[in-house]
Amino acid sequence: MTGHVHGTDVDVSRDLLGAIGGVPTPPTDMVVDATNVEKWFGKLHVLRDVSLTVKRQEVVVVLGPSGSGKTTFIRCVNHLEKIQSGRIFVNGHLIGYRDVNGKLVEDKEANIARQRQEIGMVFQRFNLFPHKTALENIIEAPIQVRGTPKDEAIEMGRALLTRVGLAAKEGSYPSQLSGGQQQRVAIARALAMKPALMLFDEPTSALDPEMIGEVLEVMKELAREGMTMIVVTHEMGFAKEVADRVVMMDDGVVVEEGTPEHFFSNPTHERTKSFLSKIL
Amino acid sequence: MKFDPAEFLNFTFTWRDVLIGAIITTLLMAVVAQIIGVLLGLIAALAGRSRNPLVKAISVIYVWFFRGTPVLVQIYLLYFGLPYLLGIDPFPKQYGSLPELIGGGFVAVTLALGVNEGAYMSEIIRAGILSVDSGQAEAAKSLGMTPRKTMQRIVLPQALRVIVPPLGNEFNNMIKTTSLASVVGVTELVLLAQNRYGATFQPFEPLLGICVFYLAMTTIWGVIQGRIERRLGAGTRSEDVPGFWSRMTGAGRGRQGDTGGVR
Repeated sequence: MTGHVHGTDVDVSRDLLGAIGGVPTPPTDMVVDATNVEKWFGKLHVLRDVSLTVKRQEVVVVLGPSGSGKTTFIRCVNHLEKIQSGRIFVNGHLIGYRDVNGKLVEDKEANIARQRQEIGMVFQRFNLFPHKTALENIIEAPIQVRGTPKDEAIEMGRALLTRVGLAAKEGSYPSQLSGGQQQRVAIARALAMKPALMLFDEPTSALDPEMIGEVLEVMKELAREGMTMIVVTHEMGFAKEVADRVVMMDDGVVVEEGTPEHFFSNPTHERTKSFLSKIL
Repeated sequence: MKFDPAEFLNFTFTWRDVLIGAIITTLLMAVVAQIIGVLLGLIAALAGRSRNPLVKAISVIYVWFFRGTPVLVQIYLLYFGLPYLLGIDPFPKQYGSLPELIGGGFVAVTLALGVNEGAYMSEIIRAGILSVDSGQAEAAKSLGMTPRKTMQRIVLPQALRVIVPPLGNEFNNMIKTTSLASVVGVTELVLLAQNRYGATFQPFEPLLGICVFYLAMTTIWGVIQGRIERRLGAGTRSEDVPGFWSRMTGAGRGRQGDTGGVR
């Protein structure tokens, strides 16, 4: 719990995943398997032949300049964005599409919704539901989607809030919480669905500097407990300390991939070197 | 100066039984028409977002026609045009054993006002849905909620904050627009006043009298609307909800349509 850049006095529990009954175990060892993904926004080619795999309990950090396609890529992993070709599998399921004779045909909404239950997502702008309290935000999906009985959901929601250090805030509305607190509630909300994979889309970029640490602390704890994670971030300290693998994207292409040691001490690609020299 | 206070007071306060019937008729028409309008408006707004081009086209044509033609003409089309087209009269003076108040004119006008209102409500609800940040729907979807659940549980409740203030205005308008029912012989407030001055040749006093009643209805509605808006304001700052006087007079309502705490 020491050695991180941002000091924090938030008390994050050691047993974060205990609140949802332990580390969710996906049926396969390969949680994410993306191959040759291509995506255009109109004429703009935003993902070019992107392939990436994430094994169970692995933490992959995606770096790259803005506009490099890293956010678009993780949004494709839970089908918030469509892809034009390639395949993305999560837990062995083709995400968002059916493969009809080698062509991608978009799946029914109900099936896509079911696939998304396994994939938690944390957004840059938190996107908490403003008309619901912190606790209500967390229990909404378990009750509405999973059909969890209300008292059971509340019990789990309270446990999660306690684990992210916000037990006292269960009745607060998002507008009454700081950015860091909102993001911790958002993480708890995603965890309440017991996902096998967590996607983080620049989770600290919209935060005041003094609140970044408390959110990173929760994410580090999740990583330590074995959650499978893809994290898009500019927090190099987090990447160095927590990542099993670092992926560098630029202009829609995966430029370089490797362990943090390789990545930060002797990157091979010129583009990676110049990017790191600018931000380190 | 010809104003006759005695006639004014006489009309307004001694004709009580007849007036109460007219007020009930007015309110009943307004409430039922507004409910029809909200339901049709919701259907039209959701249909307008459909991926099916036919469903979308029906919604667009509906709104285009009913917003683009006078509501008085729509009432005539229904009340006079429909019996002519069908060859039977769906709007008889009285329906079997139903009270005379709910006669054909009442039904025709209520339907016409409701269908007309639906076109306006559709636009209001559409704007309300658009006012909700797209990140809200994304968050709901990312939790595995279906589009239907996302709309029901996350988007529409938030859209309500934006929908309710103009909806209140619409109902205020509706109370007054029911006066058009007088043209097809429904005994509401305006027809009552007309009957009165037809006999007395003193038009000002009964017309001023019914203004008192319209003002009473719209004022009470203003208070109710304020309560509803404050209730919907949970999670937002309460100063965003206008108080009684600014609501009555329209003063200081520059923030109308503000989404409150919704980012």
